[in-house]
Amino acid sequence: MAATQNKQPVTGAGPLNGLLTWVDQRFPLISLWKEHVSEYYAPKNFNFWYYFGSLAMFVLVLQIVTGIFLVMHYKPDAAQAFASVEYIMRDVPWGWLIRYMHSTGASAFFIVIYLHMFRGLLYGSYRAPRELIWIFGMVIYLMLMAEAFFGYLLPWGQMSYWGAQVIVNLFDALPLIGPDLALWIRGDFVVSDATLNRFFAFHVIAIPLVLLGLVAAHLMALHEVGSNNPDGIEIKKNLGPDGHPIDGIPFHPYYTVKDTLGVMVFLALFAIAMFFMPEMGGYFLEYNNFIPADPLKTPSHIAPVWYFTPYYSILRATTAEFMYVLAAAVFAFGILIWRTPFRGGGKAIALAAVAAVIAAFFLVEAKVWGVVFMGVSVMIFFLLPWLDQSPVKSIRYKGPLVRTVLTLFVIVFLVLGYFGTQPVTDMGTRISQIGTLLYFSFFLLMPWYSRMDKVKPVPERVTG
Amino acid sequence: MMKTIKTIAAILLIVPALAFASEGEVKLDHAPIDPYDKESLQRGAHTFVNYCLNCHSASYMRYNRLQDLGLSEQQIRENLVFPEVKVGDLMKTAMDPKDAKEWFGTTPPDLTVVARSRSSHAGPGSDWLYTYLRTFYKDSTRPTGWNNVVYPNVGMPHALWQLQGEQVLKEGKEQAEGYMRTVHVLTLDKPGRMKPVEYDRLVADLVNYMTYMSEPARDDRTTVGLYALIVISILIALSYALKKAYWKDVH
Repeated sequence: MAATQNKQPVTGAGPLNGLLTWVDQRFPLISLWKEHVSEYYAPKNFNFWYYFGSLAMFVLVLQIVTGIFLVMHYKPDAAQAFASVEYIMRDVPWGWLIRYMHSTGASAFFIVIYLHMFRGLLYGSYRAPRELIWIFGMVIYLMLMAEAFFGYLLPWGQMSYWGAQVIVNLFDALPLIGPDLALWIRGDFVVSDATLNRFFAFHVIAIPLVLLGLVAAHLMALHEVGSNNPDGIEIKKNLGPDGHPIDGIPFHPYYTVKDTLGVMVFLALFAIAMFFMPEMGGYFLEYNNFIPADPLKTPSHIAPVWYFTPYYSILRATTAEFMYVLAAAVFAFGILIWRTPFRGGGKAIALAAVAAVIAAFFLVEAKVWGVVFMGVSVMIFFLLPWLDQSPVKSIRYKGPLVRTVLTLFVIVFLVLGYFGTQPVTDMGTRISQIGTLLYFSFFLLMPWYSRMDKVKPVPERVTG
Repeated sequence: MMKTIKTIAAILLIVPALAFASEGEVKLDHAPIDPYDKESLQRGAHTFVNYCLNCHSASYMRYNRLQDLGLSEQQIRENLVFPEVKVGDLMKTAMDPKDAKEWFGTTPPDLTVVARSRSSHAGPGSDWLYTYLRTFYKDSTRPTGWNNVVYPNVGMPHALWQLQGEQVLKEGKEQAEGYMRTVHVLTLDKPGRMKPVEYDRLVADLVNYMTYMSEPARDDRTTVGLYALIVISILIALSYALKKAYWKDVH
């Protein structure tokens, strides 16, 4: 008790002063509150794009709370799962509301996360010293994809079943360990009751626990270095006489009230989707998923839910003939590396890696590479902090080259996403192949074009 | 056979033509249904119980939920439920699935949510059902003697043929842009007990009911949605004012 007796009693909480003082002497209540909320100084110039962090937290809570109520009525059993979802939709009081909140919330989560990530791309939020925030965020994104994938099996409709079958079979394509790995994931030779039970376990407890821990780490890392802002300036460089950043304002009450407004506007859009178009034209709830899973009837067209489709397009674009184009592209990339002066060593290693990749393209079949590229297309975001070599962080001070490339990347991402929802056509595959090349070029050429770009001078203070 | 047909127009006497899009995809007729027409829903429920439920189940739907349609539990018990079934039971067919598999080659699917699963980019599931139930035709090459325009080689015989009569699919020629194209036309060969307009009305009522059954909470959903939006609008206004007030000294 000796150390804690020096703490000041809590004031300003009216009748709760006594209780809070008692707690604060036994728990770092006030210091935590100050560090993360009332005296966390955030830049005052956050714009529209800065709503999506708090919105992601809001949707996470929404999914957890609605999920708890769904689990009270859902049966993770291949014979009963589909019927139990319809039971929730019909016989459970307000069950339809909870279920639609959860199903609409899943898509809303990805919309919010994609916009949150795009904010990072716009303002260079992944740049030093925020690399670790970005890495934690990327792991959250991966976990969210896993969470969505496991959850999608639970309604046990045709798309649930065959979507899971297709994705698990991707692992089957990997050399050596593939078939055993796929069997280990499924727990059976086909997607079955055993698969449903384990996916249920992952969806309701394993992944959510990891997600919560990662969100805490993401925020702790953010609060350690401080938030970036649309100007990409470090506000901690300009401290006022009180020791706080001149361009910073306390998170509470300024951003708590601002984010409350953001949540309300989000809720309006969410309610419009959930109450008036819960299927969203087959994108949020696929029509085929209203047919119970049937292991003997393969649907003619299996499409993942929209948030996976850009990567799915890359998978499908990787045909045997496309490997030659990719080999040529990697060869050209090798020439680019060879012609570029490197600081220190590493050039020989990079060139050897390029040669090894080209050789591997012809040694391993295209099917495997499709899976690899799909994985790499997600993972490559991890490298952004090191790929971006621009002298400035924010798009506001980057030049026309980077602006054009980023716009093109967004278009490519959306086009790949669209073709991922469609049945395979020759033209769709061609466009996806061009999209795949552009997608990877955005990342792999970034060290070059981000350096070449003409940048504008960055001001000393934030510009509002 | 149907997949090779490029263009088909199915004409059901008074009903406007059914035009087929390319590659065997059918342009669906719009189902003239009204979810607020309780009498239509009641007539549809009656048709569903008397015809569909002989072979198909609606095993996620309870009979007493039909109180949504303005029926009392007493009325449901007297008119829609077989004596051995309880009014709180699920709508299950009396047919043994094993028999059904033997008779039709496949177990008749559950129809509770069929109006949702049959939705596609071509139109809502109600349009599909409305078109499907009106485009059966005689086909001696099929085991049941029946075929269907929107569901080629369907396993189900025409359950409502006594009402609609027998249609046949005839080939004809039609002037297209610079060439004669083959069109397929449905014509009523032997009239049934109902006039075509009456039959279309019966199918529309049935589809109206099946659309209701696929999501009984739909009515609640939109009503609650409106109230929710009103509340959220007030909260937006309040939180906007709060934000303005707090931020007035931030420059």
